Parts: sequence; C-alpha cells; structure tokens
Amino acid sequence: MNILIALATGALFTGGLYMMMRRSLVRVLVGILLLGNAINLTIFAAGRLVAFTPPIIAPGQSRPPDGVADPLTQALILTAIVISFGITAFAVALVRQTYSQTGTDDLDLLRCTDVPCPPEPDWEEPQEGNS
Amino acid sequence: MNLAVMAPILLPLTSAILALAAWRAPGLQRWAAVAGTFLQFGAALALLNRVNQSGIQTFQVGSWPAPFGITLAVDLFGAIMLAVSGLVGLSVALYALNGIDDERVAYGFYPLFHILLMGVNGAFATGDLFNLYVWFEVMLMASFVLMALGGTRAQLEGSVKYVVLNLLASSLFLSATGLLYGLTGTLNLAQLALVLPETQPHGLTLALSMLYLVAFGIKAAIFPLFFWLPASYHTPPVAVTALFSGLLTKVGAYAMLRVFTLIFRTDPIFTNTLFLVLAGLTMVTGVLGAAAQWDFRRLLSFHIISQIGYLVMGLGLASQAALAGAIYFMVHVILAKTALFLIAGIVERLRGSFDLHQLGGLYRSQPWLALGFALPALALAGLPPFSGFFAKLMLVRAGLEAGQYIIVFTALGVSLLTLFSMSKVWGEVFWKPAAMEPAAVADRGGVPVWMILPTALLVVGGLLLGLFAEPAIQWSHQAAFQLLHPDLYIQAVLGGLP
Repeated sequence: MNILIALATGALFTGGLYMMMRRSLVRVLVGILLLGNAINLTIFAAGRLVAFTPPIIAPGQSRPPDGVADPLTQALILTAIVISFGITAFAVALVRQTYSQTGTDDLDLLRCTDVPCPPEPDWEEPQEGNS
Repeated sequence: MNLAVMAPILLPLTSAILALAAWRAPGLQRWAAVAGTFLQFGAALALLNRVNQSGIQTFQVGSWPAPFGITLAVDLFGAIMLAVSGLVGLSVALYALNGIDDERVAYGFYPLFHILLMGVNGAFATGDLFNLYVWFEVMLMASFVLMALGGTRAQLEGSVKYVVLNLLASSLFLSATGLLYGLTGTLNLAQLALVLPETQPHGLTLALSMLYLVAFGIKAAIFPLFFWLPASYHTPPVAVTALFSGLLTKVGAYAMLRVFTLIFRTDPIFTNTLFLVLAGLTMVTGVLGAAAQWDFRRLLSFHIISQIGYLVMGLGLASQAALAGAIYFMVHVILAKTALFLIAGIVERLRGSFDLHQLGGLYRSQPWLALGFALPALALAGLPPFSGFFAKLMLVRAGLEAGQYIIVFTALGVSLLTLFSMSKVWGEVFWKPAAMEPAAVADRGGVPVWMILPTALLVVGGLLLGLFAEPAIQWSHQAAFQLLHPDLYIQAVLGGLP
C-alpha cells in the first residue's frame, strides 16, 4: 500500500511539473491540478497509512490506540482541497478570459508584458489603468 | 482572551463584509475603507505599544491550549510589520478614493482590498505553519483577482504569470508543511522550534528548509525566482501595484526571517552562506534590470527585487545588528517604495504616461511633487540623513563585523547603481524639458487632494524614520533580540510546558 501511494504521488508530481512547463495554458492548468493532488497524497501519507484502526479514544482511555493514522493530516488535506478548489475555479476563469482577449493559449505568444502589445482587436477598446 | 492580537485580522474582515453589504453604494465603500483601515492602523499601533511594554502577545484561537490549537503570536517584529501594513493600507485606501475607477469598485475592488490586508496581517500574526499557509492563500487569492480586475490584455497576461508561479510556490510550501508534520508531528512554530533541533536526521530537516526557502523565495522574489514580478506588477492600476509592492513580497521576506530564525537553526553555516550568495545576486540582478527600463513602473518593480536582497543579506549575516538592520530596512523600504509608486501614479495622472522618454519638465510645473519624489528616492539610494542610509549603515557594519567583505562591497555598489537609476528617473521625469506638447499637458487638470495626502503621509513617515533613527534603531535591536532568542517566543506561546 505504501509503495503504491508513493508511486502514485511520484507519478502525479512528475506529470504535474511536466504539464506546468508546457506552452499551452490549458496544460499548465492541468499541471496545477495534478500537483495539488500529488501534495494532498503526500500529506495523507505523512500521517501514516493504516486501515481498520479508527483513531477513536476508547472510554476510560486518554489516548487513541497505538498505530492509528493521524487524523489531523486528513483535516489539513480537507483545508487544502477547499483552497485548491477555489483557486482552480479562478484559474479556469482566468485562462478562459485570457484566451478570449488574446486569441491564443500559447504562453510564448503572451509577451505583452515585456514588449509592446500587438494592436487590440477592434471590438474592444483598450482600457489602460486609471487615466 | 487577548483580543488586541485578533484586531488586525478581525477589522479587515469586518470591513470586507461591510463592503460586500454596500455592494451597490460605491461611495460608501470608498469611505468605509478609509475608516476601516484607519481603525486597523490604530489597532496595530495599540498592539505595538502593548508588545513593547509587556512582551510577546499570544492568542489561542478557540481557547485550545498551545500546541493543539491554532496559535497567534505577535512579537515586536510582527507588531512592527502589522503597524506598517496598517499605514500602507490607510494610504492606499485614501489614494484609491480617486485612483481606482468606479468600474473596478463596482466589480468588488474594496472587498478584495480588505481581504488582502486580512491575509497580510494574518501572516504577520500567526504562530502556526499551516495557518501561515492559509493566510498566504487568502492574500494570494485576493491579489490574483485584484491584479486581473479590469481585464486588459496586459493585466491578463501578467496575471497568468503571477498566478502560475505563485501557485507553484504555494504548492511547495504546502508539501513542505505536510512533510514537516510527518517528521515532527506538530506545526506550531514554538513547538517546532523546540522539537526540530533534536529531530534526526538533520539532512531531512535541511532539505525541508530548502523547500521553504524556494517557496518563500518565489513570494519574496529573490534571485533566480523573481521573474513573475517585473512581468506582472506594472499591469494593474497604481494603487494596486503600490499595495502589492509595499506588502506582498515583504510577507515572503517576513516568513523567511521568521522560519529561519525560529525553527530552521540546525545548519547555520550552510544556510547563511547560501543566503549571502542569494542576497548579492538578488541585489545585482534587480538593480541591473532596473537600469535597462524606461517605464516608470517597471523600473520601480525591478528595484523591489534589488531591495529584497538587502533583507536577505541581514538574514544571512544573522547577528543581532544585522537582523536589526534588516527589520529597519524592511520598514524603510515599504514606506519609500509605496510612496514612489504613488508618485508614479500622480505623474501618470498629470501627463498620461509612464514612459520616461515622453515625460519631462515636471519640476517646473510641480516642484512639490518633485521634492516628494526626491526624498524617498534618495532614501532608497541610501543617502544621509534619510532612512535608507541608516538601514544600509547597520547592514554594512554588521557585514564588516562578520568579515563578509564581498557582500558588503556588493551592497555598496548596488547602492550606487540605485542612485544612478533614481537620478535617471529624476532627470527624465522632472528635470529635462517637457517632451510633450504643452497642449497635451494642459487639459489633464490638477491632482486630486486625495492622491497627494497619502503620498505625503508616506513621504513624511519615511522622513521621520530617518530623522528619528535613534529610537527606531533601538526598537529594531529589541525586535532582533527577540528573533535571536527563540526561547522567549517558545515561553510566550507554550507557557510552562516543557
């Protein structure tokens, strides 16, 4: 089980980082998603992987039985999932908006921040800053 | 119950909720933001006073005792940062009265602004590593939207780069935090400070600390990791850029100072050397990048990077004098940098451009603005008697005491280049004859008083920091003393626990 989780985490990390280095914005987005899941699995494994022993303190005891999985890591993952859910929603919207504004999802063509922008498409007046 | 610690977090949260409730009343949102940030600044000052008088203040959220619940702990360094963040928040709220258009307000500028401040303050106040991650995310999420709000092409492209690289940093931060928990079984900073030096093997701790270095390094924009900053910071309106430049990278630097003085103290020779190398490279690349720029905001953005190098230098020298220098420098650079960005915004308001080639002649028509630019610019370059001089003096002296001559010479050389860069801006924007037709200038009208007031506030604040350097340096030394004695922090958080 441990080896399987380790392999899956490694594969997710590799895939995520590889996708983040692609030129296409959508692939970068997929990369972020994979990376997020890889990290969740890492934290999950950090709290030990134990089946069939619930972390419940028996009546009269002051601590859970030995060898239980740490429930706190699972709570941490829950927080991380919620955060990554929000961020993914924003990132999807951002990628879509960027595509509709620029007409491309190739990161190599998104150089407007370094060199002068190509002329805007004429249906949209450029709104620059607060002037 | 110690609500003073919670106030800098609760006040922006309340303001954000009120701003959401007043969604259809932009005017109300604008003034509520001024009132909210004013209260927040006041609360931060009260907290600073309290920390100064009775030591590190803690708050156990939900009254769970220390290592089990979430702890908020504010030492002198944290309190100083909270006060400065309150001042920057107040200035930007005032500036935004005219500096942010109605459309952006209608699409939720103010709720995001408050939430960003809440994230920043939370990061300064927290005493728990996972909680720090959550505050980082709160701050980032608000900054993502603030950066993209407006939806111009440059903004969207800048946001893509900003979002992707910052998400990578957050991912590294989160995985390092998960692994650290697996290694030690705690995420409370005070308990980590107790447990981690004894945790075997040291190599694993070192590897984790390097993960944190990369994660915070991306946020703070240090040497090989800064590329997102000049690609994105010049795209949103100036009020937003000023807020980001004042606070966001500094939160990264704060987090580095915090974790590397409190919990990762196991291999100081290796990490401190690494910090010094990174500091030198950060300073040099930042200032050289700035020298090549002809856009006012991009030039200032590169200077943000260069200045972060000085903070990392203080961390790398790691003596009390050096850390005090870094803390004083942090306050100085936040005030100077935010003021300079606000002035860039006023120049744009007057002349309609950020391009140094097209600007000029402002000294003749706006002598006070020219003076307002010169003071923080000279402070940034480190000329006496301004705040930057004392900050750099402290760092250089600490470097000489430690015998680190290379970084000292780098720091001094970079100061010279900063002076060159600032005099370039001075010459192009204020001194040379106006490049534009006078007719194009005339119809722009005057500068609203609400843009001048916050800028003057920051300029005068920076000036006072230089003129009253003696007490300010003493405070920095006290804060550095607390950083170098983690047992004070541990004692304040964990109390009588072993």
